[in-house]
Amino acid sequence: MLKAGIIGLGKMGISHAAIVSPHKDVDLVAVCDTSSLMLEGLKKFTGVKVYDDYRKMIDSETLDFIVVATPTKFHYPMVKYALEKGIHTFCEKPFSLTIREGEELVSLAEKNNLVNQVGYHNHFIGTFRELKRLLKIGILGDLVHFTGEAYGPVVTKPKGGTWRSDPGEGGGCLFDYASHVINLIQEIIGSPVSAEGARLKKIYSKEVEDAVYSVLTLESGLSGILSVNWSDETYRKMSTSITVIGKKGKIICDATELKIYLKEPDASEKLERGWTMKYITDFAIPVDFYLRGEEYSAQIDNFVKHVIDRKPTEINNFRQALETDRVMELIIAESKR
Amino acid sequence: MKMDKVLFGDNQFFAVNHLSDEKSREQAIRFKDDSAIIRVLDQAIETGVNTFMCTTHDRIANICDHMRANPDKYRDFKIFPGMPYAHKYANAVTELGIVGTIKQYVPGNIFSTFAKGGIAYLSKDFLKLMEIFIDAEMKMFKGIKTPVIFIQNVIVDMILGLKAYDAFAAYDMYIRKKYDAEPGYITMNMPALLDALNSVGIVNPIICSSINKIGFRMSGGKEIYEKYLREKEFRPVAMQVLAAGALRPKEAIEYLGNFPRIESVLFGASSKAHIKETKELIEQHL
Repeated sequence: MLKAGIIGLGKMGISHAAIVSPHKDVDLVAVCDTSSLMLEGLKKFTGVKVYDDYRKMIDSETLDFIVVATPTKFHYPMVKYALEKGIHTFCEKPFSLTIREGEELVSLAEKNNLVNQVGYHNHFIGTFRELKRLLKIGILGDLVHFTGEAYGPVVTKPKGGTWRSDPGEGGGCLFDYASHVINLIQEIIGSPVSAEGARLKKIYSKEVEDAVYSVLTLESGLSGILSVNWSDETYRKMSTSITVIGKKGKIICDATELKIYLKEPDASEKLERGWTMKYITDFAIPVDFYLRGEEYSAQIDNFVKHVIDRKPTEINNFRQALETDRVMELIIAESKR
Repeated sequence: MKMDKVLFGDNQFFAVNHLSDEKSREQAIRFKDDSAIIRVLDQAIETGVNTFMCTTHDRIANICDHMRANPDKYRDFKIFPGMPYAHKYANAVTELGIVGTIKQYVPGNIFSTFAKGGIAYLSKDFLKLMEIFIDAEMKMFKGIKTPVIFIQNVIVDMILGLKAYDAFAAYDMYIRKKYDAEPGYITMNMPALLDALNSVGIVNPIICSSINKIGFRMSGGKEIYEKYLREKEFRPVAMQVLAAGALRPKEAIEYLGNFPRIESVLFGASSKAHIKETKELIEQHL
């Protein structure tokens, strides 16, 4: 059995705790947070050991891996501390506040041969995987354009006050929502190398952006549009989608379905001419425990498996997450021009 | 009390569609006005449906107002609330954090509710906090029959994952005592939940979980679900029986017929013909 610890008991941290704890290969031995409310609650109801200092937790417990789910500005010191102690690390997204810190963590993890993963969970949603597979076999021919979108109702009226409203702490829509979409574009279609016409728009927040719009150009020269808004209450919850247009057709993909349009049939994929719908029911990744979506359990399953095998993961490693941080930096720089 | 075989759900009213975001949007447009929801509910009643199982979405409060204003019409009608409407809180937690969300949603000032020293005191009395949340969510149903009160799967499965099983026992006791109702549990992890509930002395619980022929959202696999449905003592409510639309109603409901313990089926539909068809299938096979 692997021994695990969790740092940060916000929405993601609690959710990770609830997924790690019942995992058949893992013992959740300790959690760490600064909120006495959360610590008292967990101590009382779950019997897990609680700490209010992550160094103390890491030093006192013999941990195989930790999950870091704190506000972004704390990722660097916490992940670094764990990696220096030889502990495999799963870190929530976005990865780091600065490229320099991110680079340091990537090389530290790779040098120490430690499994490292970041919580870009969309890669564990079957429909996005299927989109990646279809693009890889060239189903759409030469690509012409893409659109990456995410909308949801996080900030729908004016108010301020949490770490999410501090631009210096990575609290806006770019880091929180758009990072997911950028990461999907980067891993499914290709790495963006430049951003043009970027706009970070404040809608209700005073200090941070509530929407992100930009043209992105990939290594291949292909360009497309990023359109993200977390102040859109026409959505019940975060809804992420990727549309890709090629010379042979078009695919619209979200977490629930793939809509494929082909100009000519594709026999090897058994796809007819015109529209074909594919649903998540055919692609959902089976999990032993479900909380809020298969993807949250599936990403932990992937991480745990790689820790057991002591092999680096090819999905969502630190290096890929750092790439996403770089793109966000491009967007910020462009928006200030 | 035995539950009705047919429990009419509310997903279609609140743009919940597990298969298509586009369909969700169409539903949001169609059910923009409460009157559109009431019309479909009345159609369901005309086909003989008597139980509405719904979340504690803000708009349900309006439906409840309508029911209270027309007591004769809804005399035999029951609501099984499922609390909380999770997205309300999930979106708030993203922005405000957990403590911030508690402050926003607990009625009155949480710190005056717990006058003896705010959060520090609160932390020693989680169960009291849970009771305050339950009472806040239940307020909209005042005067309406709610013989079964469910907790939604996000909360159930969170408690289950954290192994905080005593919270189930406390919920169970409070719902029986305060609301004179049967507690119910919605989950995506039915076998694990039943074991957990049994371990804290909760016997023969009402558990609502996905049950469908293709194993969709049946965590741990279809086989263990089927084993529990055959061998264990509990009162299963089947949901997601159409596997988000991947199955046709006839084959979906026929499958449920293999498990005589299933007491009720939860389903939602927007047209009278569809409601009637599904209801007849359920009555035929269950």
